[in-house]
Amino acid sequence: MAFVSPPEGPRENVSAGIALTSVDALLNWGRGHSLWIMPMGTACCAIEFMATAMSKFDFDRHGTVPFIDPRHSDVMVVAGTITRKMAPAVVRLYEQMPEPKWVVAMGNCAVSGGIFYYDSYSVIRGVDELIPVDIYIAGCPPRPEALEDAFLQLRNKIKTESFVKGVRHTADHELPLLGHRKAAAHHDDAAKTAEPESAEEACS
Amino acid sequence: MVEVESRTPVTDESGRCVDELLINVGPSHPSTHGVCRLIARLDGEVVTEVEPVIGYLHRGLEKIAENRTYLQIVPLTDRLDYVGSMYANWAYCRAVERLAGIRVPEHAEYLRVITCELQRIASHMMSLGSTGADTGAGTVFIYAFDVRDRIVDLFEDLCGARLTYSYVRPGGVSRDLPEGWADKCREALAYTRTYVDKMDKLFFGNSIARGRLKGIGVLDPELAVAWGATGPTARASGVDWDLRRDDPYSVYPRFDFDIPLGSNGDIYDRGRVRIFECYESCRIVEQALEQLEPGPIRAEGLPRLLRPRPGDAYDHIESARGSLGVYLVSDGSPKPWRFKVRSPTFSNLSLVRVLGVGHTIADLPLILGSLDPVFGEVDR
Amino acid sequence: MNVTELREHICETYPDLCPLFSLEFGDGVLTVDPERLRQAAVDLHNFGFDLLGMVTAVDRGDAFELVYRLRSRVLSVGMFLKCRIPRDEPKAPSMVDLWPAADWHEREVYDLFGVVFEGHPNLRRMFLPEDWKGHPLRKDYVDDNIIRRPDYF
Repeated sequence: MAFVSPPEGPRENVSAGIALTSVDALLNWGRGHSLWIMPMGTACCAIEFMATAMSKFDFDRHGTVPFIDPRHSDVMVVAGTITRKMAPAVVRLYEQMPEPKWVVAMGNCAVSGGIFYYDSYSVIRGVDELIPVDIYIAGCPPRPEALEDAFLQLRNKIKTESFVKGVRHTADHELPLLGHRKAAAHHDDAAKTAEPESAEEACS
Repeated sequence: MVEVESRTPVTDESGRCVDELLINVGPSHPSTHGVCRLIARLDGEVVTEVEPVIGYLHRGLEKIAENRTYLQIVPLTDRLDYVGSMYANWAYCRAVERLAGIRVPEHAEYLRVITCELQRIASHMMSLGSTGADTGAGTVFIYAFDVRDRIVDLFEDLCGARLTYSYVRPGGVSRDLPEGWADKCREALAYTRTYVDKMDKLFFGNSIARGRLKGIGVLDPELAVAWGATGPTARASGVDWDLRRDDPYSVYPRFDFDIPLGSNGDIYDRGRVRIFECYESCRIVEQALEQLEPGPIRAEGLPRLLRPRPGDAYDHIESARGSLGVYLVSDGSPKPWRFKVRSPTFSNLSLVRVLGVGHTIADLPLILGSLDPVFGEVDR
Repeated sequence: MNVTELREHICETYPDLCPLFSLEFGDGVLTVDPERLRQAAVDLHNFGFDLLGMVTAVDRGDAFELVYRLRSRVLSVGMFLKCRIPRDEPKAPSMVDLWPAADWHEREVYDLFGVVFEGHPNLRRMFLPEDWKGHPLRKDYVDDNIIRRPDYF
């Protein structure tokens, strides 16, 4: 495994077979390099998502594996237009994902409503009206290389998080839509204030 | 076909059936090929009733188009049948040209045919790959996407986009073929032929796939016609109807090609009809590349803002899924009064209610996949 | 068969439909009144139009115009069947028994325009959620959610 240097403190000379690192660096390395994706593919971007998974672009080499079950995945990639009829399904699946979880909004429709921003009566203008988004990929549809770059950027973002200090970089949103947002905010606040206990509970 | 003895459902004291299960194969599901919700009533594992619920991708394209000019609608049509944007654009452009009385130059017609047939191959690869993935044969999916990526590379050289091209525009096409494209195209066709053959033998020649696909989802030809099914879904049942031959449009009469027909109308036949259609498309593209002469790519004298005369027109083409038609109503202004898409999958999808009954729940995704649904087109 | 031959054949077989048949943009169009719609559909079905391509409606301001696209495989020709129905009480007979394909198409027209098809076995909304109010494709549909695109010409 890679030798990751802890953010603070000196790096010590060690003999072969032993590496020194910090809990945060190890966890972030593990999480970032083995993202399991839940593809919420509705429209055209889902086809490009599939193309990225295939032999020409192959995002599997980054450790990202598509896995359709939300309970086992880390990242939800929202690929495609989300309509009002589909919105409850998206939110429900997002809530079914266990923490830590991230969201990648792939394609213009998921970022902002895209080509359907104007004049549509049923399109939700950007999936960040429903769930907090970490990485936005523009494009209609974005190139497969852009999706791979998104996972690498997500890796960098994950590296700035800290499990020990309870620092998670989810976007802060004032979302008036659904009651679940308030419950999630309470939960996050509680997690931040109860640091060492929660770390031990999580490990046990 | 699974032999199931019929038995009366078990009921409790109040008469409610406790043996049947109503399950929801929800909008987000690995096997629904898009956002379709299937509400299935099961007796044990056998499906007694299935009802598809659609509309999860209803973006209101028809209403949006009422506030767009005729050229601005072309990118919207890309997103209709997103696996086959070339022919979705073409169907729309044919309707506009009929309405406005535009004559497309021959060179542009040839380019349209070449790109449409290549798109047909790419679309069938997507469908066959999904069928393979549904049965658990992931290798077929990867092979299919390999072929598809070769064709999509050609399109990227041609017009810059990988999926939503907006290449076919009212009056012609947007760009001419770049240098050396025809040779690359021939190489891609040779590659396609080899790999489609491999996939055919690998998947449809496999006894497990045969056992899984033969006899499942049998569609009677009378039922196919009555329910408005067109395309490979109907041709696999023996309905000999293909717009390229029976209502020829563009330069199709100049090419020599066959229309593959199935006999049983089960999933196996639908898959094989698609395989043979890929070979026929290769033939058409090769003939078109030989017959291609240089010429203008767009009709002359096209105004920047099209204002067709008032009236309405309908035109259709044979897409990879069936007969894709566009109905346009114009009131003389630069924007259409009504834009309606007759999508083949919308009519084909209602067949799931009939085809799914009597099969096990494991066959339901296969049946849905064999109808080759693309929900951008179904829901618009 | 081309459109002129079709017109002759229809005039022979159904002389009362003859004056209602016209040619527009290369297609044959049969325009009937709402009372005559069902009978005209039955006549055309018996004549040989076995494929129903689509059922749709156009909001013409004062009325809804129902448009049926029919195709005959045997005669290899297509045509329109159109009918204007009053806007304040949009009702039409359902064609599900003639062409089962009409099932979903009529549900779509009901969903987007509000036309009630009498005799339809399952007239529910197709695309929009069940609790949606209004029929979006009508020209007087008002929705605060719609952001209108400005014109640039």
